[in-house]
Amino acid sequence: MEEICKLSEIPVGKRALIAEVDCKENLRNRMYDFGIMNGSVISPVFKSPFGDPVAYLVNNAVIALRNKDSHNIYVTKIQNTD
Amino acid sequence: MLTRGSNRKVDYDKEINNTDYQVVLTGNPNVGKSTVFNAITGMKQHTGNWTGKTVECASGRAKINDKVFSFIDLPGTYSILSFSKEEAVAADYLMHNETDCAIIVIDANVIERNLSFALQILSIVKNAVLCLNLCDQAKKNGIIIDTEELAKNLGIPVIATCATKCNGLEELEQTVYDICVGNIKCFHIDELFKNIDISHKDKYKENAELFKKQSIRICKKCVTYNKSELNRNTRRLDKILTSKSTGIPIMLLLFAFLFWITAIGANYPSMWLSNGFEWLKEQLYIFMDFVNAPEFLRGILIDGVYTTLTWVISVMLPPMAIFFPLFSLLEDSGYLPRIAFNLDKFFAKCGAHGKQSLTMAMGIGCNACGVTGCRIIESPQERLIAVLTNNFMPCNGRFPMLIAIIMMFFAGTSMTFGSSVLTAVILLAIIAFCVIVTLIVSKILSLTLAKGTQSSFALELPPYRKPQILRTIVRSFLDRTIFVLGRAVAVAAPAGALIWILANVYVNDCSLLSYCTEFLDPFGKFIGLDGTIIMAFILGFPANETVIPVIIMSYMASGTLMEYSGYDQLLTLFTANGWTITTAICIIIMCIMHYPCSTTVLTIKKETKSLKWTLVSMILPTVIGIILCMITANVMRLFL
Repeated sequence: MEEICKLSEIPVGKRALIAEVDCKENLRNRMYDFGIMNGSVISPVFKSPFGDPVAYLVNNAVIALRNKDSHNIYVTKIQNTD
Repeated sequence: MLTRGSNRKVDYDKEINNTDYQVVLTGNPNVGKSTVFNAITGMKQHTGNWTGKTVECASGRAKINDKVFSFIDLPGTYSILSFSKEEAVAADYLMHNETDCAIIVIDANVIERNLSFALQILSIVKNAVLCLNLCDQAKKNGIIIDTEELAKNLGIPVIATCATKCNGLEELEQTVYDICVGNIKCFHIDELFKNIDISHKDKYKENAELFKKQSIRICKKCVTYNKSELNRNTRRLDKILTSKSTGIPIMLLLFAFLFWITAIGANYPSMWLSNGFEWLKEQLYIFMDFVNAPEFLRGILIDGVYTTLTWVISVMLPPMAIFFPLFSLLEDSGYLPRIAFNLDKFFAKCGAHGKQSLTMAMGIGCNACGVTGCRIIESPQERLIAVLTNNFMPCNGRFPMLIAIIMMFFAGTSMTFGSSVLTAVILLAIIAFCVIVTLIVSKILSLTLAKGTQSSFALELPPYRKPQILRTIVRSFLDRTIFVLGRAVAVAAPAGALIWILANVYVNDCSLLSYCTEFLDPFGKFIGLDGTIIMAFILGFPANETVIPVIIMSYMASGTLMEYSGYDQLLTLFTANGWTITTAICIIIMCIMHYPCSTTVLTIKKETKSLKWTLVSMILPTVIGIILCMITANVMRLFL
């Protein structure tokens, strides 16, 4: 079943579908510019040496986000098919 | 029409006058706009593989067929509705200036997101050409784009290019020409912009979603992906360069290596140059004797101007000419954003932004550039913190001074493998110290003067790209050399004359300079320096490069007559004037922590638009420097 969780909870290498970007307006706009918006597929690819920020693959680009921001992005897990 | 801030027309009259058509380059950050721009106009804008390298508009001109075109290179933006300072520049320009044609440069690898941006531009500009850049990389990644179909869907011509290899650029120029003279017609496809109303800023979310929907629809028709994993080598490299165990050590090693090459590589050219200049000086003396030049002229020209000038060139130039090309390579490779990524946690803890590490890195090149670069930081208070603390990174004017002091007092001037490694390690330690000071001061500022809410960190990590090694080295070397030579002539020469006059105009058997230095001496001694060094820092306000020459000259004028031609003689001169390890440490501290040079101060004034913050940026490091020197000097006195 579709279960909504926070982007920061998705383990590295798994993929997720963004359900909602619940950030302050300025940050949300910036996320949108990066293509981090409802319906995009996003996947954590690697963490920085101290665990924060984390790099995400979205739309073929790698974007680094702080955990406190990825906390506010809600996603549904995608079961690995490929 | 969207209004943003002021309605002023950005003033580029100089370039635009007398041209037939005006063209702008626009696109997401780091898609190669500047490379395209350089290729078309033959200009030498610096490029780098990271977001925000270009923060100000650059303009140039080119003749295509029989017409003259002006080209404006706008800073890269992720959206034209966004909020960062450098993005406002681009948006402002597009909204308020008439352009004949826009070149929308997009990265073929990230076509979906880039198309969204292209559509935003097309909603306000009709005549445009889409420049599908980095096509060779996309091909390697298995991305196949049907350019004809894409052109049909957008209503504008689409040209596939690879700007670094100059592929497709002629076709691009021809297309721009054809659009401007009317041979090619662009279409505004209303269907693409249905329900989109960018004049409402609060409709941002809806607009962005509609743009995205359109770009997905177009991508489905025109783009096929053959591989499931893109940029595989970048992923592999990132595993090493950003991992928990290896990320930080590799970063430190890399910088240590850079410093080591600089230290060891700079020594020989430095020696050759100073020997050459020394020889030339002899000839100049002979010439002066030959023409019976008055003593005064001989003194001011040779002992004043010539000596200072040649010092700046022979000691300052080689380290710069080696360090900066290497640093440019690092910049082009895409490693810098990883540094920001690796270190963001520390910056976050200190109320600062990870991107500050990028502006700090730029500060090593030139603090004025670093301060301008702070525009990439969106939130005002974090930007202010970055501006105020940038000066703690030693710029290229101070860098060689540090190397000279380290070699003379700590690592030895023998230039063996051991001493050069030691120089590099000490230099690295000093830079690490600078970073720590920056972080501490940032933290204090974020709690006191520059309070505010912390913004977020969203930074794109571009794929690694192989830098164009030869071109980068040559370009950066030439630019640097010309810059330093220009500065040496403009600043060091008059400074040399001034110092000579101060040192040789006597009032009551004492030179003006010695009055000044004697006046400053008690204070200087108290903080571990002496009056001459303080005086040198004061006179070094226009350019830090002149600090050491001023010191040398005032010591030499005050009796210790000698010719210097290398670090060893210099060391003898300094120790003869009472320098100890304490002096060396204090001068390093003072070198890192004193008011910024005049150029940087003016830049800070321009960027902050506030006299208060400009003064803070001058007083803050000076006070910290003096206090630290005082503590060091008095603690050292207990032991020595």
